[in-house]
Amino acid sequence: MLTKVLHVDLTRYRYWVEDRRDLFEEWIGGTGVAVKLMRENMDPKVDAFDEESTIVFAVGPLNAAYPLASKTVAMFKSPLTGNLGESHAGGRTSTSIANAGYGAIVIRGKSKKPVYIVIDNDRVYFRDARVLWGIEDSLIVARIIAENEGGRGTRSVMRIGGAGERLVRYACVTTETYRHFGRLGLGAVLGSKKVKAIVVMGRGSRKIKDRKAYREIYDEIFKLATESDAMKKYHLLGTAVNVKPLNEKKGLPVKNLKATSFEYAEELSGEKMAEIIGRRVACSHCPVACIHIATLRMPYENEPYFYKTLMLSYDYEPIYALGTMLGMKSREDFLKVLYKVEAYALDAMTTGVCLAWATEALERGIISEKETIVKLEFGNSDAYAEAVKYIIHQPNEFYEVLAQGVEKAAEVYGGKEFALAFGGNEMPGYHTGYAAHIGYSIGLRHSHLDNAGYSLDQKIDSYPKPEELVERLMKEEQWRQILSSLVVCFFARGIYKPDVVCRALKPVGIEIDEDGLKKMGEKIYFEKLRLKKDMGFDASKLRVPDRIFETETPHGKLDRSYMERALRYFAEVVEKV
Amino acid sequence: MGEENGKKVRRLVIKDIEKCVGCGMCMYACSRRKGEAGIDSSGILAVSLSGFERGATVIFCRACVEPPCAQVCPTGAMRPREGGGVIYHETDCIGCGNCIEACTINAIFRRRDGKPAVCIHCGYCADYCPHGVLAYEEVEPEAFRRVIV
Ligand code: SF4
Ligand code: SF4
Ligand code: SF4
Ligand code: SF4
Repeated sequence: MLTKVLHVDLTRYRYWVEDRRDLFEEWIGGTGVAVKLMRENMDPKVDAFDEESTIVFAVGPLNAAYPLASKTVAMFKSPLTGNLGESHAGGRTSTSIANAGYGAIVIRGKSKKPVYIVIDNDRVYFRDARVLWGIEDSLIVARIIAENEGGRGTRSVMRIGGAGERLVRYACVTTETYRHFGRLGLGAVLGSKKVKAIVVMGRGSRKIKDRKAYREIYDEIFKLATESDAMKKYHLLGTAVNVKPLNEKKGLPVKNLKATSFEYAEELSGEKMAEIIGRRVACSHCPVACIHIATLRMPYENEPYFYKTLMLSYDYEPIYALGTMLGMKSREDFLKVLYKVEAYALDAMTTGVCLAWATEALERGIISEKETIVKLEFGNSDAYAEAVKYIIHQPNEFYEVLAQGVEKAAEVYGGKEFALAFGGNEMPGYHTGYAAHIGYSIGLRHSHLDNAGYSLDQKIDSYPKPEELVERLMKEEQWRQILSSLVVCFFARGIYKPDVVCRALKPVGIEIDEDGLKKMGEKIYFEKLRLKKDMGFDASKLRVPDRIFETETPHGKLDRSYMERALRYFAEVVEKV
Repeated sequence: MGEENGKKVRRLVIKDIEKCVGCGMCMYACSRRKGEAGIDSSGILAVSLSGFERGATVIFCRACVEPPCAQVCPTGAMRPREGGGVIYHETDCIGCGNCIEACTINAIFRRRDGKPAVCIHCGYCADYCPHGVLAYEEVEPEAFRRVIV
């Protein structure tokens, strides 16, 4: 069992290791353990950028032991929402942490000067990063660090770009070029601590007592992953396959959700993107290799016959946020903006929603070009690429505000009706019905992936009572607390069903039955909700933008009273916690 | 040559390295063989080519007919194997690391306890490579030497 917790104190440049078997026995790992470590190490009321603000990276019992157990949970105070931040990333993060022998890493304090942290198995080094500070392209940062450090093939390089340094409140942390702790601004928290990167090198193993049982269940999972249909969607076109059906059903947010079908959807579809796939890569210990990388070949501006070729990974979410939401007419236009967002290491979803709001605000005359500097218009990729730069450099007050998210921007400039945020976090790409939107509102990390509302919408013909829908969403999310405590990729949720999870846990030393797992999910869920409450979460104040009710969904237009009843019911649940 | 105990020699070989996605499924298989969840004893390493945007590859022993790694071993723990490659006797190994230094392609890795991890060409990992990069096949040692890594 992975029971060690590594503590890193940036204020005093110290580190120490604790054995926390108690914690892992009671809370499994990942999300479960991270909630407790946040509680233990940080006053829930402190500001995200405060010295006391804490970051937890946690893995679980299945990481480095089974295929598709490839994720790390990051927990922190979100500078975007002011509440609990949680984001998950793959790459080599989880296997490096687990193979280094840790169940969790807790980072506290604030460095005086820029540093990057190197965790080389059982040792920690603080490296001078003054020379790296100011390098805004996160890919370059990683290349330099990779040259400097050892551990090739066993390391994860988690780093920030210009966005994190400049405290853009939706800066992400990028790892292994293509994976991200994307949402809720972890990059800015690292930036505030003057940490340019965290390198984790792990070369180790856990001894398994019952080898035979281990190999048996391993092979069963491996077969499910490679031979059954469970992972087919991700193995084939990937999540980008969603573009066409969502467009046909009118669930695709277009131009700041003014519409849900788009004449250029075909251009941005998974099928069309697949034509320019340059290669595929995988997270560590994953046979699926869902990372689709597109090639964007671009001529030099002034020299004929010179080209640069960019390799950019895409998924449905960035296509939605930087493609359809911004009215892009071609995959190349979309990729050009994505390139900027990736280089600076911004969260693609929030960036897209912010720019879409700004475009509509400009159209309506709420703001002018004095604010936006560049003329934002749907479909104009050059303008958006320019605006991304302004979000980083914040040359005027408008971009200073926009760098704080759409909720804040609408508070200052107006246009709340079409500022698409839920609980202060920008909307994911599914305008599929009540379940999706209620899910964003009540989800514990406001992610479409937590609550599965979007898939429920697509299965449901007629909606049950709002209270019942809330109950169903909560149940599903409770189960997903287990998945994120193990920590498996949510794409593999069709493989890691309760009975498989129980059998996989046994060889790694955890005996639990299906009923026990379900109860554990509930327990983690409510513990997290309690932490959110202590951080100031108030369910009775949840705001649903008017735009949600104005635009067609696959279920027709939505009715505010249904939503409100659902949210009222949830607020009562929270009240009792 | 080409025979080991009267049998054809089988080796882990690369079918098409350009297909490698860097998943490391092979690497996890190698340590699992020894009852480990992790990569400590793995004799194969999956790496990116200075960043995943340039692709990925695997590094493992290419079964030298005259193994430099065995030549520098002071205890005879690392011994040449008939037909190419090495046999590793852990109990004779003092963990000096000479073999790790000697392998020109850096295909011997250091375990947490300081001792080497090297591929012994058992073929276990080949079945776990989902993308047709690896195979376990009978080879002529001389022919195998010509395989482009
Ligand atoms: S470990 Fe390296 S030197 Fe030794 S036989 Fe293999 S390839 Fe040759
Ligand atoms: S590390 Fe062991 S096997 Fe390698 S050269 Fe030294 S004694 Fe021989
Ligand atoms: S052939 Fe055997 S020893 Fe070599 S890398 Fe594969 S599993 Fe390990
Ligand atoms: S399993 Fe195959 S694709 Fe994956 S790293 Fe190994 S050789 Fe490459």
